[in-house]
Amino acid sequence: MVTSRARSVLVAYATAAPFVVFALFPFVWMLMTSLKSNNELYDLAQNPFLVRQGMTLDHYRFLFERTAFPLWLRNSAVVAVAATAASVILAVFGAYALARLRFRGAEIVSTGIFIVYLVPTTLLFIPLARVVQVLGLSNSLWALIVTYPAFIVPFATWMLTAYLSSIPRELEDSALVDGCSRAKALWHVVLPVARPGIVTAALFAFTLAWGEFIYALTFISTTNLKTVTAGVVVNLIRGDVFFWGSLMAGALVASLPVVVLFSLFLDHFVSGLTAGAVKG
Amino acid sequence: MDASHRLRAPARVRGEALTAWAFLAPTLLLLALLALYPLGYAVYLSMTTTQVGVPGQFVGARNFVRLLDTEIFTLTLWNTVWYTLVAVTVKFVLGLALAVVLVQRAPGMKWIRGAVLVPWVAPTSLSVLAWTWMFDSTYSVFNWTLRELGVIHTPIGWLGVPSLARLSVVLVNVWCGLPFFAINFLAGLVTIPSELYEAARVDGAGAVARFRSVTLPLMRPVLATVLLFSLVMTSSDFATVFVLTRGGPVNATQILATLSFKLGLATGDLGQAAAISLYLVPVLALATYVQVRLMRRVWQW
Repeated sequence: MVTSRARSVLVAYATAAPFVVFALFPFVWMLMTSLKSNNELYDLAQNPFLVRQGMTLDHYRFLFERTAFPLWLRNSAVVAVAATAASVILAVFGAYALARLRFRGAEIVSTGIFIVYLVPTTLLFIPLARVVQVLGLSNSLWALIVTYPAFIVPFATWMLTAYLSSIPRELEDSALVDGCSRAKALWHVVLPVARPGIVTAALFAFTLAWGEFIYALTFISTTNLKTVTAGVVVNLIRGDVFFWGSLMAGALVASLPVVVLFSLFLDHFVSGLTAGAVKG
Repeated sequence: MDASHRLRAPARVRGEALTAWAFLAPTLLLLALLALYPLGYAVYLSMTTTQVGVPGQFVGARNFVRLLDTEIFTLTLWNTVWYTLVAVTVKFVLGLALAVVLVQRAPGMKWIRGAVLVPWVAPTSLSVLAWTWMFDSTYSVFNWTLRELGVIHTPIGWLGVPSLARLSVVLVNVWCGLPFFAINFLAGLVTIPSELYEAARVDGAGAVARFRSVTLPLMRPVLATVLLFSLVMTSSDFATVFVLTRGGPVNATQILATLSFKLGLATGDLGQAAAISLYLVPVLALATYVQVRLMRRVWQW
């Protein structure tokens, strides 16, 4: 018995190993590249898997002291936090209505929200650039704070509707019988119970907002106003010259916030991904 | 909900409807302004000769027709179909395999599941940058390894040779999208009652037969949903190709979104650019239709 158990664990590790290596290797490579000196990085005679000439923080120093990278990080944080907060608030109200309230047209609304959820950002960036311009938001962080909820709210509503539907109705019924208004019941009874679902929706919203690329690339042209995804990809490359050490340092540092969040809330992420957050 | 409940409290129901619309109003307003209107505006633009700063003339479907006569567009359309079909197929097969791997029990399996999800969580445009570096024409780590192993003698131009560049962008898309497939398939797998497998085993079914007669049929809704979502997301992909190749070499990896971006931003031809991106609509329509039908079956309350 013991040996068959040990064997099945061994099989599990052995079969999982190639997938783990495939998934994580690019990040290991970012780290290794970012710590090597240029001399070693661009020497074909060197084994790229080793760090022979000592590690250096030069690329990180360059990134933080000589480029707009710190500003991009700050911009990304501002945009992602604001878009997440706005989206989750809208989604909580919308999802509560869809999950709990009876009204004519509920099915049409939920189907409509779902369809909007499927519309890719690459189909909308051209006309949205015009909308952003008309609203007077071009080339400001507001362009992103306002447009990101348009792709976050549908999926957050979707996710929260499913979550709220799984909460027993009786909980708030007693509050309503006691004369609570819907808004009060939502605030005092439903929200505390729904907190895990709301946290999951917020985590996904933040991840999507932090990683968004095409709107950030299109709506903002001033270097100092860029978010980190567009800034690193566009502004760290001068002409045809790629500074791979600092590029990889930038990619790594900018990936860290979401990866740290992810490892802290692993269970939330796994349950959320299966609730239908798309990016595949 | 039951009908008796509704009969008992008509006034409350009316109040509920009002509350519901009030709660939904901000969301509906937002989506109308920032999703529906732009979508309609894209359709309008696609039927005009609008350039940046120059209002265009209405030309009906001319942009769509003319595009089909342009070599670069037909190549792009073909590339998009190829990219989508190959990448989605590989993600589907590998995703199923990975789900079967992740469903095994072992200490630390939770962290293994977490590790394979990281490519999904990290910002795509930045992680693809690492792939660009790993595919570098001079310093590619793959080339170094293959040369040390004696497999090759001259460096491989991963992103420089058209056929290889096409494979490379697919590989990177698979890397990004695999977690989404695997974790959803995993969620589907764990809901299958183990009694069914036991029964099949008693009937003498081998591992392959059990997979075909128990796993696949029960997983069908999950498989269909993931497949459709991925068809939409893959065909409309932008970041992978933009960061890796910008559509090159000589448009060998150009797909609809990157060509639309190139035309819209570089040459300012908004009418053409909108028409190009609208060629994504058939996939979107198919996915919406099937998904809404699947949903009807689930959303019965």
